[in-house]
Amino acid sequence: MSIPQQSLFASDPGTARRRAAEARFRAYGLGAVLVGVAALLLLLSSVLSSGLGAFWQTRIHIPVTLAGAALDPLGGRDPAAMRKVTTIAYGKVIEAALRDAIAQAGIELPLTDAEIAAMLSKEAPAQLRNKVLADPALVDGTIEVSLLANGRIDGYLKGRVTMDSAQLDRNVTPQQLLLADRMLARGMLSRDLNPGFLTAPDASDLRPEAAGLGVAILGSAYMMLIVLGLALPIGVASSIYLEEFAPRNRWTDLIEVNIANLAAVPSIVFGVLGLAIFINFAGLPQSAPIVGGLVLTLMTLPTIIIATRAALKSVPPSIRDAALGVGASRMQAVFHHVLPLAAPGILTGAIIGLAQALGETAPLLLIGMVAFVREFPAAPPEGFFDPAPALPAQIYNWTQRADPAFVERAWGAIIVLLGFLLVMNAAAILLRRRFERRW
Amino acid sequence: MYDMGMAQSVAAEAAGKVSARGVQVFYGTTHALRDVDIDIADRAVTAFIGPSGCGKSTFLRCLNRMNDTIPGCRVLGDIRLDGEDIHDPRVDPVQLRARVGMVFQKPNPFPKSIYDNVAYGPRIHGLARSRADMDVVVEKSLRRAALWNDVRDRLHDAGTGLSGGQQQRLCIARAIATSPEVLLMDEPCSALDPIATAQIEELIHELADQFSVVIVTHSMQQASRVSQHTAFFHLGELVEYGDTETVFTNPVDPRTENYITGRIG
Repeated sequence: MSIPQQSLFASDPGTARRRAAEARFRAYGLGAVLVGVAALLLLLSSVLSSGLGAFWQTRIHIPVTLAGAALDPLGGRDPAAMRKVTTIAYGKVIEAALRDAIAQAGIELPLTDAEIAAMLSKEAPAQLRNKVLADPALVDGTIEVSLLANGRIDGYLKGRVTMDSAQLDRNVTPQQLLLADRMLARGMLSRDLNPGFLTAPDASDLRPEAAGLGVAILGSAYMMLIVLGLALPIGVASSIYLEEFAPRNRWTDLIEVNIANLAAVPSIVFGVLGLAIFINFAGLPQSAPIVGGLVLTLMTLPTIIIATRAALKSVPPSIRDAALGVGASRMQAVFHHVLPLAAPGILTGAIIGLAQALGETAPLLLIGMVAFVREFPAAPPEGFFDPAPALPAQIYNWTQRADPAFVERAWGAIIVLLGFLLVMNAAAILLRRRFERRW
Repeated sequence: MYDMGMAQSVAAEAAGKVSARGVQVFYGTTHALRDVDIDIADRAVTAFIGPSGCGKSTFLRCLNRMNDTIPGCRVLGDIRLDGEDIHDPRVDPVQLRARVGMVFQKPNPFPKSIYDNVAYGPRIHGLARSRADMDVVVEKSLRRAALWNDVRDRLHDAGTGLSGGQQQRLCIARAIATSPEVLLMDEPCSALDPIATAQIEELIHELADQFSVVIVTHSMQQASRVSQHTAFFHLGELVEYGDTETVFTNPVDPRTENYITGRIG
């Protein structure tokens, strides 16, 4: 049967049907892309709108007179002796200073002393104490300090706390919010950038305004170092062996199937495994980056092996032939020619594996990485054994706390985590673009 | 149908550089090459012709043990280079390949500079003591591959940036840089245009002064132009082997005649 002859300008029903089918298919595709983009935009906008607030923090700026009688009763300016003075003494000093400053500014509101003191964060005395201990010469002088405001006052400036909600809230009164308004008008209160969110350690349930990601970022960084240091060499070495040297037999088939299966094992299983083997059996410390790093290494290995093998496979066999043809040994052919050509693919796979590991939460919950840790871990390698939370576990931890101020910080931590992931994925794409070779 | 007497008479008259006796090749369970006996002359060009899949490339790859790298490939029989068995357990295929160079069907320069492409072989075999030595080796090889004048000003540009014909000549320069005694060429001109092909053929002529060249080709014109000896393979057997002129003008076996006159293949 042949195509009936007719004018090229006349439309033929079969062709019209094919064109309609194609148009429908393109519409489905475009629709799918739009749904994906919309989901991404929704996610990003909700994360950003909920979390960006965590990068700003309300502070109270007042002059504080550091009375020597209260802060250095022995008068020797000896740091060891001054350490005996607790934050309670400093709390009294700043409460008095705040009352004076409010009176000076001519703000008259029916507030009790306790209500005025509650404007400040419970972390504020510690802030001042650290400052004085760092520089004992400040005692008996008057200094301008910026102290953290209470989380409720911070919430008021960010719109989370309102006059209505304050009526029902035992932790804040509408009078305090009025005071905050007046102080804001006089410049005694302001909302500033909050570097402490990235550098400070976590804080207790009562002081969300002081909580930061410092220890968690360090914990995650330590784990990534361990994963990189273990998973990359082990993964690349096993891939090279399997791809370039291993004979094809039942054993290598078995290994291959198992690597593919390992990549699909749920992450929580790795957590149970880590708990059973590394903590209970091997006796490694809980909540330590070393255990988290080992568990994540196990999880990342299959990803790296699969990516590396794909990269090695994509090097054309003619390059191996060329090297062997001039008398290179197998190993020379691999290390001089195949590996350099596969390197961009290997690095990309490694970075994507690391990014996966960075965001992994479930196994960390089981090995105690959700612990409340305020101490910064030591420098590696000792620090690998010190307790530290990890970024995703910290997020989980904050979402479990009662104070809504922690929810904002959890969203903020999500932004930080997404930021790290974005940087890593961008690095992977750049590496691939930069070093990829084509034939 | 294989004429044993003829092959022996050829063996007697040729000064055999490479001699093969009873070579069998299996790919898994496929019997790809049966009972090949051949003697390849020194300082001459030997052409392997035959239809696709007849085993001529397979046999070529036996001569420098490149078939070792193919999983499931088994080679039986006796192949000798200057009387030494290349399958002897004492033989390192790496050393063998330094003496039996190979040029592949598709130009496959390393994605490195022209200089490094040529210098790679001498470097891994430790043939040049100094940078100056190496420069000499590279220049000599490129000159013999008739590529020197094209690339002398851009030795450090990528080898993959050359044209197809130049890339193939670069691969030839790379193969001869280790001064092999035998040069195996697997359809070296199949990816090239007629001008580049003519240049490569001229080169093969010149190389035959120093090397024993074995070339696999699909082009019977090419075989008749460049070679002194021709072997015709068909369905995994060596059907006929002799002087090129004899094979082309007065073939003994009817299959050879049919192939040459275009009736099979």
